Amino acid sequence: MAKLKGAVVVDVERCKGCELCIVTCPQKVLANKAAKVNSKGYHYVYMENPDDCTGCTNCAVVCPDGVLTVYRIKI
Amino acid sequence: MDLKEIIKPENLVYKRTECLTDKTLSYCPGCGHGTVHRLVMETVDELGIQSDVIGVASVGCSVLAYDFMDIDMTQSPHGRATAVATGIKRCWPDKFVFTYQGDGDLAAIGTGETIHACNRGENITIIFINNGIYGMTGGQMAPTTLLGMKSSTTPYGREVELMGNPIKITELVAQLAGTYFVSRQSVHTPGNVRKAKKAIKTAFENQKLKKGLSLVEIVSNCNSGWKMTPVESNKWMEENMFPFYPLGDIKVEGQLVQK
Repeated sequence: MAKLKGAVVVDVERCKGCELCIVTCPQKVLANKAAKVNSKGYHYVYMENPDDCTGCTNCAVVCPDGVLTVYRIKI
Repeated sequence: MDLKEIIKPENLVYKRTECLTDKTLSYCPGCGHGTVHRLVMETVDELGIQSDVIGVASVGCSVLAYDFMDIDMTQSPHGRATAVATGIKRCWPDKFVFTYQGDGDLAAIGTGETIHACNRGENITIIFINNGIYGMTGGQMAPTTLLGMKSSTTPYGREVELMGNPIKITELVAQLAGTYFVSRQSVHTPGNVRKAKKAIKTAFENQKLKKGLSLVEIVSNCNSGWKMTPVESNKWMEENMFPFYPLGDIKVEGQLVQK
């Protein structure tokens, strides 16, 4: 069976760190626990476990601010 | 596999629609408004009606909706969005006209305009965001506030003796002959977002049929007003809002859905 690999690109400056994408992700790929913040002081989201991403787009669908862009490839 | 090999234009599966402007949304982190803005604009994008759609923003948190939606928009006085939309639709019957209103706007000061526009069967679409509170002004009690729900003007919870019962405006307008499609959705999980988008798309497509008004209520969170984190507020909404405001279609093709 073909395996799906995904990648999420985060628009760091738009992210408000609401964490809705983190609890939605079925693969637990995303996190925002790093000490880094954007210019507004929000802990922005990033891919903690990029290898697990399947590119299902669930994170981008629930994101209120349209922060996430999703790419997917079949391997 | 390296991420750079995946991040290529040909592998793109989801990106923010270009019908939204580049401006950062003014809403609080985790607010459902942003998701609904995106769904409405994705619908406009998919139907290819960006130059034929006219939006009417209301008073409330969504007062600045015209800053974020890259379409022709106007902004109406408090509660009067459906009246303004009626005027626009009657001048340009071939344009797609929608209002974007919150519960303080649509269900409180605009009750008269809303009910009469629904009863007249204007061929417009109403997107109604219900978070059970006046969000912009500081979380005061709205007509849609649940019994026992705390707000800044009901610190001990809403009591029926003093403040009366919450109003289910969506069920109310579904009884009127002028409405063609009435639905209640939410945007807190991916599945619900996809259902809400389908309902919004149906509501826009119905304008071509000229058979009446379409209203889509979105039960949303207001984490700032409810004094919770976004994730907690979505959980609270599932446990408390949905039993009183059940999700699903209420009227389809002019017929009430039997439950």
